[in-house]
Amino acid sequence: MHVLKELVKNRTLYLMAFPGILLFFLFNYLPMAGVIVAFKRYSFSTGLFGSPWAKPLLGNFQFFFSSDAFWRVTRNTLFLNFSFIFFGTLIALALSILLNEVRFLKVKKTIQSSILLPYFISWIVVGVFAYALFNFDYGLINQGLQLLGIAAKDWYNSYEAWPFIMTFVSIWKTAGYTSIIFLAVLAGIDATYYEAAEIDGAGKWSKIRHITIPHLMPTATILTLLAIGRIMYADFGMFYAIIGENSILYPSADVIDTYVYRTLRKLGDVGMSSAVGLYQSVIGFCLVLVSNKIARKYQDEGSIF
Amino acid sequence: MRPPTTAERGLQAALIGSLSLVALACLVPFVLTFTASFTDENVLIANGISFVPELLSTNSYKLLFSDMGRVVSGYKITFAVTILGTALSLLVNALLAYPLAKRTLKYRNVLAFYCFFTMLFSGGIVPWYIITTQYLGLRNSLLALIIPYAANAWYMFLLRNYFKSLPEEIGESAQIDGAGELRIFFQIIMPLSVPALASVTLFISLQYWNDWWLGIMLNEEKSLMPLQLLLREIVSNAIFAQGENATKIIGSERLPTEGIKYAATIITIGPIIFLYPFLQKYFVKGLMVGAVKG
Repeated sequence: MHVLKELVKNRTLYLMAFPGILLFFLFNYLPMAGVIVAFKRYSFSTGLFGSPWAKPLLGNFQFFFSSDAFWRVTRNTLFLNFSFIFFGTLIALALSILLNEVRFLKVKKTIQSSILLPYFISWIVVGVFAYALFNFDYGLINQGLQLLGIAAKDWYNSYEAWPFIMTFVSIWKTAGYTSIIFLAVLAGIDATYYEAAEIDGAGKWSKIRHITIPHLMPTATILTLLAIGRIMYADFGMFYAIIGENSILYPSADVIDTYVYRTLRKLGDVGMSSAVGLYQSVIGFCLVLVSNKIARKYQDEGSIF
Repeated sequence: MRPPTTAERGLQAALIGSLSLVALACLVPFVLTFTASFTDENVLIANGISFVPELLSTNSYKLLFSDMGRVVSGYKITFAVTILGTALSLLVNALLAYPLAKRTLKYRNVLAFYCFFTMLFSGGIVPWYIITTQYLGLRNSLLALIIPYAANAWYMFLLRNYFKSLPEEIGESAQIDGAGELRIFFQIIMPLSVPALASVTLFISLQYWNDWWLGIMLNEEKSLMPLQLLLREIVSNAIFAQGENATKIIGSERLPTEGIKYAATIITIGPIIFLYPFLQKYFVKGLMVGAVKG
């Protein structure tokens, strides 16, 4: 009866924790149990646990794995996320290193504020911004092209361009935020490193190379690893707000999350959408475990936890 | 410090010049959207979107406000969700974080893992959707736009780490004086944690303000449509406010079906832009605290 004794002894503390515990149970743990729906022939009347098993049991999966969509959404999700992580981190690193060299505090603060602003707005708004830039009739990009004597391009009708556009948008929205995390790390560097280097006659570049960059690497590595752990998950809001249901762009910009959403809400196919979701969750889980493990090794103090 | 040499001055100029270009690129869409919202519809389509429109017009806003009821309702819903949601989420996460920060609590590690695991594995949106709508009955209500986000392991751990950094003796001495845990939490721990609470509050409120996922998943009622979804509706079908009322206001001129998208965007981001100087100050502070600790 150790458990009961402890619960009674610290009852106030456990009661304080209770609402949060309950909410995690309802919105995280119950859905985990609910993954069995991927193996069922779901009907709303019989519910999650009462619906009959699918025949064959893996029927929902077979349907997805043998469809064109499987390869398309997997490839797009991995490729686009990889591109976001790689270029996003690179640009954020560059921005933080450059900003760190700016000697005029006011200028530095103003630039910092400007590059952080996109982080504060919703993807729907970003979708409008993208439209203002890329729409065929009056968008800014096409006007620019015409000024240069290049024919206007119908961006929303050509899927090849979107991996680049989406990468650009992703950097635009998040690089400022990431660079401020890096700047915080740089603010913590002991100034004596730089002073000592100066006495030894080190120039600006060699100080950046031998002091600044090595100090940024642990944080950059951890952030990258955590992002790779989530590489199976695309940002639904980003894709749904910018690409939406423009099927012409699906070959390069349909991702697992938008596909699951459409299959569930537009087609009402609970079986297949949950199978796709479970496929994503299981691979995602393995990746998170591996990346967390590596990250932990990298930083003893626990990767955040 | 010795005075900067000419070479150093040149380097600074180049540095600031190139970074200013980046900063400008971040701001361009905002400015462009603003000018587009005040551009005459014919000019917008014929001459293209521009930073200095040839003919200004407020028709886009007139058309938008011709259905004032929906704009006001969108604002109301978004404000209600943001304020109630932030208060609830902050309370739930802080109440959970405090016991987990206590070294005297025997099962704190079990509970911490219970929370942590929600960050590692998820059942996916389909079971979540079925549980939320069919079993918990959370749909077409204001609560549906709030409760699913209330508990958040990420913010909870952020707060726990902060609580952990406070000296434990503070609570202990209050306990000796006869204060209960709840009292210690609300009267001692919370006031001491204002910096952490402020940045978590910011994160949470931004999440609620910008959210539309809960809206498209759990709500079908127009009266519960938050600002973000109203904007989305205006952008994607552009049939908003085209009844008699609109023609009465705009007259015989061309309906600004494109311009209204930009006007609606400005209306949506207005409060964020307005509060931005304040928001970003605390946001950056919060990030700095988090990063140095992490």
